[in-house]
Amino acid sequence: MEYEAVIGLEIHVELQTDSKIFCGCSTAFGAEPNTNCCPGCLGLPGTLPLLNRRAVEYGVLAALALNCQVQEKSIFARKNYFYPDLPKAYQISQDDYPLARGGYLEIDLPEGSRRINLQRAHLEEEAGKLVHAGDSIMSAAYSLVDYNRAGVPLLEIVTEPEITSGREARLFLEELRRLLRYTGVSDVKMEEGSLRCDANLSLRPAGSSELGTRTEVKNLNSFRAVEQALNYEAERQARILAGGGEVIQATCHWDDSCKATVVMRMKEGAADYRYFPEPDLPPLLLERSYIEALKEKLPELPRQKRQRLRERYGLDDEEAAIIADTREMADFFECAAESYQDHRNLANWVQGDLIYQLREAGKEIEQISPALLVELLEMLDRGEINRPVAKELLEEMVKSGASPRRLVKKRGLGKISGTEELAPLVEQVITENPEAAENYRRGKKKALAFLVGKVMALTRGRADPQELNRLFKEKL
Amino acid sequence: MKLYEMTALELSRLLGKKEVSAVEVTQSFLERTGSVEPQVQAYITQTPEIALAAAEMVDKQRARGEALSPLAGVPLAVKDNICTGGVRTTCASRFMEEYIPPTDATVVMKARRAGMPLLGKTNLDEFAMGSSTENSAFFPTRNPWDLQRVPGGSSGGSAAAVAAGMAPLALGTDTGGSVRQPAAFCGLVGLRPTYGRVSRAGLVPLASSLDQAGPLALTTADAALLLSLIAGEDRLDPTSSAAPVDDYTGALSQGVRGLKVGLLAEHLPPEFDSEIIAAVRRAAAALEKNGAIVEEHAMPHISSSLEVYYLLCAAEASSNLGRFDGLRYGRSESAENVTAMYSRARGEGFGPEVKRRILLGTAVLRESRYERYFLQAQRVRALIRRDFEDAFSRFDLLLGAVTPSTAFKLGEKIEDPLAIYRGDICILPGPLAGVPSIALPAGTVSGGLPVGVQLTAAPFNERVLFRAAHLLEQERGGRPLRPQPAPPAL
Repeated sequence: MEYEAVIGLEIHVELQTDSKIFCGCSTAFGAEPNTNCCPGCLGLPGTLPLLNRRAVEYGVLAALALNCQVQEKSIFARKNYFYPDLPKAYQISQDDYPLARGGYLEIDLPEGSRRINLQRAHLEEEAGKLVHAGDSIMSAAYSLVDYNRAGVPLLEIVTEPEITSGREARLFLEELRRLLRYTGVSDVKMEEGSLRCDANLSLRPAGSSELGTRTEVKNLNSFRAVEQALNYEAERQARILAGGGEVIQATCHWDDSCKATVVMRMKEGAADYRYFPEPDLPPLLLERSYIEALKEKLPELPRQKRQRLRERYGLDDEEAAIIADTREMADFFECAAESYQDHRNLANWVQGDLIYQLREAGKEIEQISPALLVELLEMLDRGEINRPVAKELLEEMVKSGASPRRLVKKRGLGKISGTEELAPLVEQVITENPEAAENYRRGKKKALAFLVGKVMALTRGRADPQELNRLFKEKL
Repeated sequence: MKLYEMTALELSRLLGKKEVSAVEVTQSFLERTGSVEPQVQAYITQTPEIALAAAEMVDKQRARGEALSPLAGVPLAVKDNICTGGVRTTCASRFMEEYIPPTDATVVMKARRAGMPLLGKTNLDEFAMGSSTENSAFFPTRNPWDLQRVPGGSSGGSAAAVAAGMAPLALGTDTGGSVRQPAAFCGLVGLRPTYGRVSRAGLVPLASSLDQAGPLALTTADAALLLSLIAGEDRLDPTSSAAPVDDYTGALSQGVRGLKVGLLAEHLPPEFDSEIIAAVRRAAAALEKNGAIVEEHAMPHISSSLEVYYLLCAAEASSNLGRFDGLRYGRSESAENVTAMYSRARGEGFGPEVKRRILLGTAVLRESRYERYFLQAQRVRALIRRDFEDAFSRFDLLLGAVTPSTAFKLGEKIEDPLAIYRGDICILPGPLAGVPSIALPAGTVSGGLPVGVQLTAAPFNERVLFRAAHLLEQERGGRPLRPQPAPPAL
């Protein structure tokens, strides 16, 4: 039988506020353990949660960017469980009344775009971090706990179970990451844990609408891992079903080194978190006007940006996708495009050499002035420099931020074109290569290219090849 | 009259006129405590040095002519589930025996800033779970009126301290009557403010949607003074109210003429002590005599308060007490793994009533029972709230009993938690609706024990409580009710 995968994702995004969601402690990543803590986020008795307005604002912005219906009334709830990284033994989250409902994100597939619907998005607080002196909390000799992260605001985004493959899941996450970076509410770094993803996967006969038994896949620490793990898990379940077996509801752990999912624990009914409304916080009431004002604040989002880049600048899909990958890159492009008319050429340089040089130099696009790239391209277009020199200058420009025009002057990298400069070199090459000169005279056209090449070598590519052609023809 | 026999208002006046110093006042209470505390056992922790240092400071400020709070130099006892920075706060629990909070609760901070010397931390039922102070993990407190009897609870230590002359004023907390019931048992004025009127920041929570701190005092005027000091919005408590704080002391003498009073007669059932029922009726008559209009009133849903209260309170408490895991503070036990560590710390650190409520609360919050128990209780709570809204559309005040009986004997009900729970029937509906109530003494009954009556008003209408309570106090002679004669042991 042919099976199709049914995948739902639960994504946790750390919102990039300066302070925690329920106290004033810093959210800075990488501080000394247990230094960004206060009685509140340590759960000392008598402390009460004080909601960070900025966290709400960021949550709403993200939800609006995801086309969710932001709720005018949402309610915080306690999710109760014991774990050493959870100072109060409950996480303040949202349950029946989330910040936002519905919503969707469109992803581009080679076969066309696809809309992935969302169930909800809600606010909650991050837990602390455990470091075990051993494999797990139950077997370690000891465990250390760092509460710096406890209370960092999170937005949990839950998709409908309508993703069908590991690749779709990865594309969804990549687009989500792009979107959230555009809104500026999170730095969405999977490697630092500010974007995390758990997945539920079940199989069903292709075309059926019933849902099979699902497994939950955890420890997905990169986009690649999401794709590989879900594909692996789909195959594993397919093998079980094909062999007449039954998938058991369980939590699986993706082992990135073995490239396999490992069943961690069987689930005997879902965990019971004893949710109930958080009595320490009044319901979160948002005025329609507040939500509308935030909607106004949303920047142009990646999808619209790509479309506009295509329509306005004539870019193809791939160029638009690469340039619109970040807001900063797109801003750079558009700023340059204002004073540089050959947009395709500009796009070509940006998506190719510029991105390559940025990566090499470890720089961000914001550190480069668009005017410099325009200057470079104009010099190239006017024939003041040739292509290899332009590439060399780009490298230098990215590294040091220097103006290409000044670099050319300083280093004498300009094109050599006058007869008085080139004629002696032509003489020299003819003298040094009598055979080639003779061959040309006898009508071997190819010999000319050889001779021109020699002069180019002498000038490290700076000589104007057209000028050279003319001079050699005259001489010979 | 000795200083320790005076009311807070009397002390305030003497201090203001510089007829006594704050140090003298404080010393008087410390000496009195030295002689009666061994029998009463109201305090878990005494803080004479802190009290005297604060008193000295007040005397210096007064000598310099600084503007001072009316309560400057008037000492205060604080229930030991209210955090005091630098002073251990045990909640009468083995688990918290050594716990020293880093900061003051907002109410304590306000009292200290006003120059109230902190005499110490008073006994309570462990984590405020109980009605007799017998659930303290350390020792029971005795009722100064009769040392064989309980002072009530859970703020029993605060009530006993004031009744025995060991403090002129005390702070308690009232989740389901824990200020008003001990006030009634000890012949005091006990006020539960409107939910949100007083900051909860720094109160070790029992049930967050119900907890309120309130004064235990000898007179309505004293209670009004302390409420004026502690009331108000607090940015540390998102459930505190921004409603402006009224002039409570100014309300005292305004009388009751024209006030409409609903007498909750049907909630004075035959099984209640007949002398208590008589006291309530006497209060009704006194109000009527002074120009109030008294009518009997029925509230159909408040008879369900007991079930609703114990369910919701246990549910919230089970969650609130989860943080006591022994990792960051409190009792810490080593064990072979983390689960065993939790079990040992909590198993050994919590007493039986605490465990009972955690189990009950955990059970009713389970997903399979949530709808049937927790949500159902929330729905009935909403109906009870509506009963009060309806009542306050007709009446300014509701008058009823505080307790079905006077103070019972130590050990009398300890084996029957349900009997103790049932004793709270008159004091549970108010907290569920978030409304303010005051318990005030209405004289003594034949056994020589004090009896209280209760007034309840609409949210944030504490003023009308003070008007009526003060009038009833005047009708009774205007003096605090004191153990007469003082028990021989005192």
